[in-house]
Amino acid sequence: MFQVRFHGRGGQGVVTAAELLASAAFSEGRHAQAFPSFGSERMGAPVMSFCRIDDKPIRTHEPVTEPDALIIQDATLLHQADLFAGLGREGYMLINSARGFGELGLGDFVTDFHRDRLLVVPASSLALTHLGRPLPGAALLGGFAALTWAVSLDAVLAAISEKFAGPVAEGNARAARAAFAFVRDEREALTDA
Amino acid sequence: MLKQTEGSRAVAEAVAMCRPQVICAYPITPQTHIVEALSAMVKTGDLEAEFLNVESEFAAMSVAIGASAAGARAYTATASQGLLFMSEAVYNAAGLGLPIVMTVANRAIGAPINIWNDHSDSMSQRDAGWLQLFAETNQEALDLHIQAFRIAEELSIPVMVCMDGFLLTHASERVDIPDPGQVDAFLPRYDPRQVLDPDDPVSIGAMVGPEAFTEVRYLAYERMRQSLGVIEAAAAGFAEQFGRDSGGLVRPYRTEDAEIIVVALGSVLGTVKDTVDELRAGGRKIGVLGITTFRPFPADAVREALGGARHVVVLERALAPGSGGIVTSDVRTALVGRSTHISTVIAGLGGRAVTRKSLCALLQAEDLQPLTFLDLDTGLVDRELARMRTARRSGPSPENMLRDLGITASGIG
Amino acid sequence: MPYQRIKFYQTGSFAVGNRLLADEQRSVQSGAQRSNALTCGHRACQGCGEALGARYALDAVLRATNGKMIAVNATGCLEVFSTPFPETSWQIAWLHSLFGNAPAVASGVAAALKAMGRTDIRVVGQGGDGGTVDIGFACLSGMFERNDDVLYICYDNQAYMNTGVQRSGATPPAARTATTQAVGREPGNRFGQGKSAPLIAMAHEIPYVATATVADLRDLEYKATRAMDFHGARYLHILVPCPLGWGSAPADTVKVARLATESGLFPVFEAETGEVVSSTPIRHRVPVTEYLRIQARYAHLFRPEERTEVIEKIQAAADRNIRRFGLMPDVTERAEVLASATAESPGKQ
Repeated sequence: MFQVRFHGRGGQGVVTAAELLASAAFSEGRHAQAFPSFGSERMGAPVMSFCRIDDKPIRTHEPVTEPDALIIQDATLLHQADLFAGLGREGYMLINSARGFGELGLGDFVTDFHRDRLLVVPASSLALTHLGRPLPGAALLGGFAALTWAVSLDAVLAAISEKFAGPVAEGNARAARAAFAFVRDEREALTDA
Repeated sequence: MLKQTEGSRAVAEAVAMCRPQVICAYPITPQTHIVEALSAMVKTGDLEAEFLNVESEFAAMSVAIGASAAGARAYTATASQGLLFMSEAVYNAAGLGLPIVMTVANRAIGAPINIWNDHSDSMSQRDAGWLQLFAETNQEALDLHIQAFRIAEELSIPVMVCMDGFLLTHASERVDIPDPGQVDAFLPRYDPRQVLDPDDPVSIGAMVGPEAFTEVRYLAYERMRQSLGVIEAAAAGFAEQFGRDSGGLVRPYRTEDAEIIVVALGSVLGTVKDTVDELRAGGRKIGVLGITTFRPFPADAVREALGGARHVVVLERALAPGSGGIVTSDVRTALVGRSTHISTVIAGLGGRAVTRKSLCALLQAEDLQPLTFLDLDTGLVDRELARMRTARRSGPSPENMLRDLGITASGIG
Repeated sequence: MPYQRIKFYQTGSFAVGNRLLADEQRSVQSGAQRSNALTCGHRACQGCGEALGARYALDAVLRATNGKMIAVNATGCLEVFSTPFPETSWQIAWLHSLFGNAPAVASGVAAALKAMGRTDIRVVGQGGDGGTVDIGFACLSGMFERNDDVLYICYDNQAYMNTGVQRSGATPPAARTATTQAVGREPGNRFGQGKSAPLIAMAHEIPYVATATVADLRDLEYKATRAMDFHGARYLHILVPCPLGWGSAPADTVKVARLATESGLFPVFEAETGEVVSSTPIRHRVPVTEYLRIQARYAHLFRPEERTEVIEKIQAAADRNIRRFGLMPDVTERAEVLASATAESPGKQ
């Protein structure tokens, strides 16, 4: 089972992102479960969502406390307590930011992990460029695919075209592809280094 | 057709395929997505039905009563406070023998106000005379609605389909959405046993005094007992038509040689099954019994399923203050005459996560108390008790405890 | 028209004769073939205004709908005395659910009929004042707001009679009830409380709102019939004296209702989409005392001594109704209205 936890703020599409990921896994014939951290949060309040992916039916409904990957949609949440709770040393992290881990003040943090598993991607600006709105979810999933290969880029694109239509679908797809390329290149650079 | 979709959405599609004629609903978290989806279907014409936006849950059940009495297939949905608000009408619908189907998106009852999942709402109506079916998964939730209309109309008893709020309603899972033709084959048109018809007028809802009330209630009790067979037959018919096991009375998992059996309702069964597998791998002879039909309580089926277990642990997502477990009482009655040791574990109240970790620890403990609150923060409780001892004007307990915890919105679980 | 200009009276009575009228002008009740929606054998008190009003209204609706009508009844006197198990005196399709939900249940019946393509069958919801203005109020407002195709009839006897004469939101000021007793400094129901269901119905701008009493059969039948010309939410508020609760003589029920209208305390009018379109003029104006004196629920206003200041307040309310609803159209100047009022109650300023 592969477990992902998304962090963001209300209104940024955190729930949609988890559902898109589940949809991507579904399109590859796998079992997936996506659910939000339910609450009466309003726009701007910190929210979480979760996604589990597995090859067999997923029975549990407890929250994801030991994620294999974290996707941080809003870098302003980074210094919030417990944001990284449960992430193991083999874990992945993808942060929506144009700045590197060092600049984000996480320079010490990364030493406990595999360096090439903790990456950033400027998903919001990619979304602005390709979609016209700073909704980073689809882009982040493109980046996530390149980072973890838990789902393929094709699966992400299939999920996007299933959920959205017309220019929104196209814009999201372009953003996802761009993010995929960005993260792939970033990984290669780190592996080579 | 396989789909990855939110539980609420799956239920809405299933309900729509049952061809309800009157849908009436008042919004309450976490049922809203179900009725929103149905309202859209009615508006676009995808579903031919009358959709009423009513002014309260009491009105919702009342509209359903009128519609059903007039011969229409009626549906509504609610949760928690809403279920309580319509309680008078809930009893009324059962007493009038109207086959209304209602989704209860299980949520805790306040005060303190809480929007998260537990079973206190459905449990509060367990004596209202409705059938109560509990879904384990989103697949079962959608399947149970299809079975519910058939069961209700055959018996002239209303049916409550209970599904865990948020955990099922707001979770996106893979489900198999049936084909409308299959549903039509399984669910015939509603043929009422009683109906308001000016061409054949009857008075429905008369006052009944001491001379006949007992007999009227006895008949209701009898029909409830007979419904056990109808529920099983519906599940069998469903399996034949749709090719999967859904519904029925109870669902045992690895209970055949179990020494300890956990009994539970709803989505927590998934987590319990994972726990059972983990403990089995470690050599424990443990199993779990899911109760799908809670009302009527399938005492014979439970007794049989709990067979040789020496210890039964009833995991409850509700609490009877002043008494203890609710499901436990029914299980105990079913096991009369046996020497089985029974423990109650109260867990998951107000949406607290029930985790495999905690369950494993609990079930491996040597001596389980008769009543345990899983993951209870005794320190938090003790500090509030201390506050209450030292000052008369100690303030509202819930708020004191929240302040003590320094709760922020981003806490997990 | 809400009232007839020409009436043929039987000598010495207020009964409006039918013998000299053409068939189509005769009242529904005068017909041998009338439906008797509520037939004999019910357990109402002698002189019950509600039993009378219900039969009058529903027979008229049945004629207007060719017998295609379903009634939904709230808990209350009417429901209780009409269906003592195992008997029923209803000869129509009739449903009783709860106290507070008759309007919502009626909405449900209407929705079902629409869904089943049976819009030929019309729906009536009915209940007493308690079930309508208090506990059923939210459901009533919801039915109005959605414009559901229901005629709701309120039989107003101005208190919770079925449970022993307790005060409701329709109980008039100064009236004695079991929970507003004739004791203390301000005996009876308080002034400054209460609500007008007809005015509230009008505020919802529903197609048709009307008031009527059991004292004017033809007017009541006309209004029930007229209501069925419309589709959507309609409201009919009928004053039905209760001899037991009002402390009036059983034989006086119709008379008491007439005095309520002739004093101006109960205005009789029709409204469409929130505006009054007609009102029944007062034929013989009477001071409120004539109305109050024959009801024991107001006895404390006269014994041990006459409470003039309270009576004056009640009179002022009647005067206000007359002005507000144009109940004395020949007396349009305010001064004249005041003058005629002053003339009838000496001592009033």
